[in-house]
Amino acid sequence: MTHAVAEPPATRPPGPDERLARQSPLRRLLGRPELGALLGAIALFAFFSLVADSFLQTDSFSTVLYASSTFGIMAVGVSLLMIGGEFDLSAGVMVTSAALIAALTAYQFTLNVWAGVVISLVLTLGLGMVNGLLYVRTRLPSFIITLATFFMLAGLNLGVTKALTGNVASDSVRDMDGFDSARTVFASDVDVLGVNVKVTVFWWLLFVAVATWILLRARVGNWIFAAGGAAGSARAVGVPVDRVKIGLFMGVAFCAWFSGMHLVFAFATVQSGEGVGNEFLYIICAVIGGCLLTGGYGSAIGAAIGAFIFGMTNKGIVYAEWNPDWFRFFLGAMLLIATVVNLIVRRRVERSS
Amino acid sequence: MTEKTSGAAAPLLRLTGVGKNYGNVIALRDVSLEASEGEVTCVLGDNGAGKSTLIKVVAGLHRHDTGTYEVQGEKVAFGSPRDALDRGIATVYQDLAVVPLMPVWRNFFLGSEKRKRFAVMDVEFMRETTHREMAAMGIDLRDVNQPIGTLSGGERQCVAIARAVYFGAKALVLDEPTAALGVKQAGVVLRYVVQARERGLAVIFITHNPHHAYPVGDRFLILNRGQSIGYHAKNDITRDELTALMAGGSELEELAHELDTTAAGTAAAKELRKETLNP
Repeated sequence: MTHAVAEPPATRPPGPDERLARQSPLRRLLGRPELGALLGAIALFAFFSLVADSFLQTDSFSTVLYASSTFGIMAVGVSLLMIGGEFDLSAGVMVTSAALIAALTAYQFTLNVWAGVVISLVLTLGLGMVNGLLYVRTRLPSFIITLATFFMLAGLNLGVTKALTGNVASDSVRDMDGFDSARTVFASDVDVLGVNVKVTVFWWLLFVAVATWILLRARVGNWIFAAGGAAGSARAVGVPVDRVKIGLFMGVAFCAWFSGMHLVFAFATVQSGEGVGNEFLYIICAVIGGCLLTGGYGSAIGAAIGAFIFGMTNKGIVYAEWNPDWFRFFLGAMLLIATVVNLIVRRRVERSS
Repeated sequence: MTEKTSGAAAPLLRLTGVGKNYGNVIALRDVSLEASEGEVTCVLGDNGAGKSTLIKVVAGLHRHDTGTYEVQGEKVAFGSPRDALDRGIATVYQDLAVVPLMPVWRNFFLGSEKRKRFAVMDVEFMRETTHREMAAMGIDLRDVNQPIGTLSGGERQCVAIARAVYFGAKALVLDEPTAALGVKQAGVVLRYVVQARERGLAVIFITHNPHHAYPVGDRFLILNRGQSIGYHAKNDITRDELTALMAGGSELEELAHELDTTAAGTAAAKELRKETLNP
């Protein structure tokens, strides 16, 4: 190499760069997407502990955890999709669809309920794939596409259930083969150190762990961040952006399937009109947890903390003996506060780095 | 759709009479270009001259409509950037170089992640390699975990260039790497262009600045309104001629456009256009 080229710097001693000394661990923590949510969760926990005497009892804690887990499981899929830069407004009713598919097929064909579970898994993943394919083929905003599928699914849930059962709810599958074993998997509970914990809590933690591992350590995690952060740049270096996005819609569908199975085996019958509006709650969990609406930034752990905040507020208002009609007001206010805090934290970190 | 053509020492890349239409808009018409190992081929032209379209054809983002595109003597028609990358053609885009919110090391290995067993990414290896490769290019990063958006524009381009070189690119296509940069930063990037050439890469360097192109270029293709208005080796064109060709072309064009708006000026504009196309 005869041309003048910038000299490589003299080999540095191993260890952290000396110019990093000024970055304190606190600042490093401030850069994490989960931080705003974590502070909010601590503040809210302290708040409800003070105003609601029964909030700190173990029974209450297990109720809060259960509420958190049912929304947290969906928030896992929804947060990954949001990091990938897309929305899914059909997520709420898709849970009901998944539950209805399992309950109706098992009952109508008098199958073992596990057959219904498997059929539901295949069909629900198919629904997610339809969302993804529609997005990839049309390039319409996912907001519009999933808004359309949301209404279509809501109509199908009601229409098909009424046509088959003459009722707005599916017939009970409680006495059918396999119900007990399926209930053990999807809707049982265990005592842990005197606290009654629903099995959904463990599944929730498992899903969060898997999603976090995918995001931070798997190749596809890199692709998810890139697809949401700058799809054009990602495509230019050979990332299969379309396949990643279809996969993310199917990930939401998988979570919807799991939540649906919990509904079936917790209550044995499924109300076909349920689920409407929940999609916004999942998005709120993800956003409180630090996911950017524009994609490319966020974490599954953040979404889990967001779901915990949701669970605490949902049940805390009851324990504080306030009128639960106010719940939605608090939810909206929290969303606003969380996003503003996230914004301020991120701006401060960006300016100082 | 590949097919061998004869020719002992075919250049790494050869475009012959390539054209590209977007609907009824002809973005590129009958452009020919060669790029060989250890050479820098500069593509010059003002905004809207068709530089970006040409690059997108070379990089595999668009498929050409007419003409032939050969890689090492084989005719190709790429369906995606991945196809081009597999052939060793890496492209660094002005606006599509990196994902700003992602750490430097994730950007460096994006699309070609190094994996251990069971699809686990080898994060340590990727962090160290990124640091080492950037240091080898003279950029000593404080922290490869910082979002690449916090780097300067020149450094971002350099990460993208270092990435292409590291992954064994045979041809490097640079889309206006110096366009948004200050004088000093542009100088840094130009040094990497030379370094890539010294490493034996075929470099295609797109720019609208003849002062950036002339010092590093071996061949110059000048585009205007989607057509080639000159293709010269370095020894048959001087810097001043190149500048005149570039500047003259664009200035006369601008003048002709202004004259076009008045009825009386139309004839004069036609004359000027003729001159622009046949300098």
